[in-house]
Amino acid sequence: MFLRKLWHKAVNSMLTFPEDSISPHRYVILKRNIILIMCLVCIIPLALMAGINYSLYRANLESEILRPIQVMAEDTRHAFELFIEERLSTVRFIAHAYTYDELHNEKTLQRVLRTMRSEFVGFVDLGLINQDGILVSYAGPYKLLGKDYSQQPSFQEASVRGVYISDVFMGYRKFPHVVIAVQRMAEDGSTWFIRATLDTGRYEALIASMALRPEFDAFLVNPDGILQTNARFYGKILEESPFDIPPGIHGTHTIKTIDPAGKEVLVAFAPVRTDYTLVLVKPLSVLLRSFYAMKVEMLIIFGVGVVAIILAVVGVADVLVQRIRNSDEKRATAIQELQHTQKLSSIGRLAAGVAHEINNPLAIINEKAGLMQDLVGLSEPFERQDRFMALTDNILQSVERCRTITHRLLGFARRIDVQFEKLDLNGVLRDTLGFLEREASYRQIEMQLLLSPELPPIVSDKGQLQQVFLNILTNAFAAVENGGCIKIRTRFEIRKKKVLVSIEDNGCGMDEEIRKHIFDPFFSTKKGSGTGLGLSITYGIINKLGGTIQVNSKEGEGSTFTISLPLKGNSKSSEAENPADEREKE
Amino acid sequence: MKKNLSILLVDDEEEFVVTLAERLEIRGFSPTIAEDGETALSIFTPDTFDLVLLDLMMPGIGGLEVLAKLKEIQPTVPVILLTGHGSTREGMEGMRLGAFDYLMKPLNIEELIRKIQEAVPDTVQP
Repeated sequence: MFLRKLWHKAVNSMLTFPEDSISPHRYVILKRNIILIMCLVCIIPLALMAGINYSLYRANLESEILRPIQVMAEDTRHAFELFIEERLSTVRFIAHAYTYDELHNEKTLQRVLRTMRSEFVGFVDLGLINQDGILVSYAGPYKLLGKDYSQQPSFQEASVRGVYISDVFMGYRKFPHVVIAVQRMAEDGSTWFIRATLDTGRYEALIASMALRPEFDAFLVNPDGILQTNARFYGKILEESPFDIPPGIHGTHTIKTIDPAGKEVLVAFAPVRTDYTLVLVKPLSVLLRSFYAMKVEMLIIFGVGVVAIILAVVGVADVLVQRIRNSDEKRATAIQELQHTQKLSSIGRLAAGVAHEINNPLAIINEKAGLMQDLVGLSEPFERQDRFMALTDNILQSVERCRTITHRLLGFARRIDVQFEKLDLNGVLRDTLGFLEREASYRQIEMQLLLSPELPPIVSDKGQLQQVFLNILTNAFAAVENGGCIKIRTRFEIRKKKVLVSIEDNGCGMDEEIRKHIFDPFFSTKKGSGTGLGLSITYGIINKLGGTIQVNSKEGEGSTFTISLPLKGNSKSSEAENPADEREKE
Repeated sequence: MKKNLSILLVDDEEEFVVTLAERLEIRGFSPTIAEDGETALSIFTPDTFDLVLLDLMMPGIGGLEVLAKLKEIQPTVPVILLTGHGSTREGMEGMRLGAFDYLMKPLNIEELIRKIQEAVPDTVQP
């Protein structure tokens, strides 16, 4: 339950994308999620495929290496059986070809041995044993004549089964040998035995003929697990084999096990007909060498693949998220600008509406008061005539004030048509500063003019620009203390074909919240004394002249307004900007 | 030299136009009032008026349309436009259509007289 919840949470957090706010954190999450999902989607199938390949290949390889070992064991087993069968047949043949008496003659026995040795390698000696187990005749290098074998297993087994092949044993001669004994029944009913000794060096030669690789091993063991030949790694002759023969096996049987040295080995057991078992040992590490090499290669390829995938995914995610971020920011800016324009537009409608409604009665008041003044002027002198004249004058003056306001409001809405002309921006700035000289000297404000002499003439509206500079400079004057400093710079940006005017003051500055709203209509920090239209009108004018205005400010350190103007004024469609154009007809 | 300059006043705001007419009369002109474009066009015939004062914002036929028709009837008649808006655009548009000049309401009577004198140079103010 808990795990399921955790899983849901993990999946949800991976797939959701916080839409609400534009914060850098949002893009970190987005990037992380994209990287995670893309990595998972790419790496999981890769890992699965690598795993399946690995196990399939290994299974295939194991069956591939089993076959050769079995074939080899089988071949060697046949060689052993043939070798022993040949020797046994020879001894049997002698037993049938010669009579007891013939063999009792030592000279005959020695001749037979010589013939045997010349035809078949491996025979060491030959002896004749009588019914009582006494060696009665002997040909060979040892002195065994008269020896009693009646208590030996070779004698007893041969008496019962007619044939006996011994394990390798040291016997009287103190070196490993194998005994073959064959029982022969004479016509008179008495039994006798021929006993031949074989050199086990032949076993070693047979094993050597397998041409084993140096890491492999092969040896014979008897049913008790005693080594019948010298092994390379697993003991000398007559020592115990470290590998137990699996019980009840028929034919060659292969097992995988661990040898005493701790190595993983493949062991083939091939039962030879004479109760021996041929043991063939191959270390897996050697057999699987190519597999291990492949495993390492596969791991390297897998690792490199994963790293490449991660690098690619991170790169792609980086680019993707950056793009999304850029477009988000662009969208946000566009929305902000649109909102600002809409705000200006609705304020414009309102202002135009109010101004228009007031303007008509104002015109009537103006005419009525004017007529009063005319009439008073025309009439005969009468009491308090001067007073009447003064009163109507006052009315006309007030009307004039109202007229200024309504016209400005209407002007705000319509921002009187732009008149483009070629002008020297530095000159316009100097002219504008002329209006402020008196206040600057009175308040001891230092005006630094850093005007670029390379400034090309621009095509723009002089009156509008003066209005813009005046608005910004008025604000700068309000921001600085007496004795403050205002720097005015001009610069030509050849690349962008724009001229820049920056007006920097070391006044009170403003915080981010105020900075966001300074271009909004009716937003003012000069409580009571400002209309809040100055910068709004400025913004509109600059916009109309095809330029841009930016402000940088730090509270307590001052503000810098930077205006960028095109060399050639490209007036934006005034229709779209002037909502009050839609005339309302009463 | 011509006295009693005959002026056609076209404006739908009665209080305004009546008062202005009286003030012009006091100043020696002979104004005729038309309360809308239709009336103005119906009474305007060639050489009956020396000058037309035409409000741009009127119900029915708009100021600019009236101006165009007046100019069709008598291309030489000087027309001074009156506009309630702060914009100079309609004024400029009017001037393109042949108006002599434009003035913004509320009017400054001295400025109006000056413009009239400019439009009809042989006027003598009584």
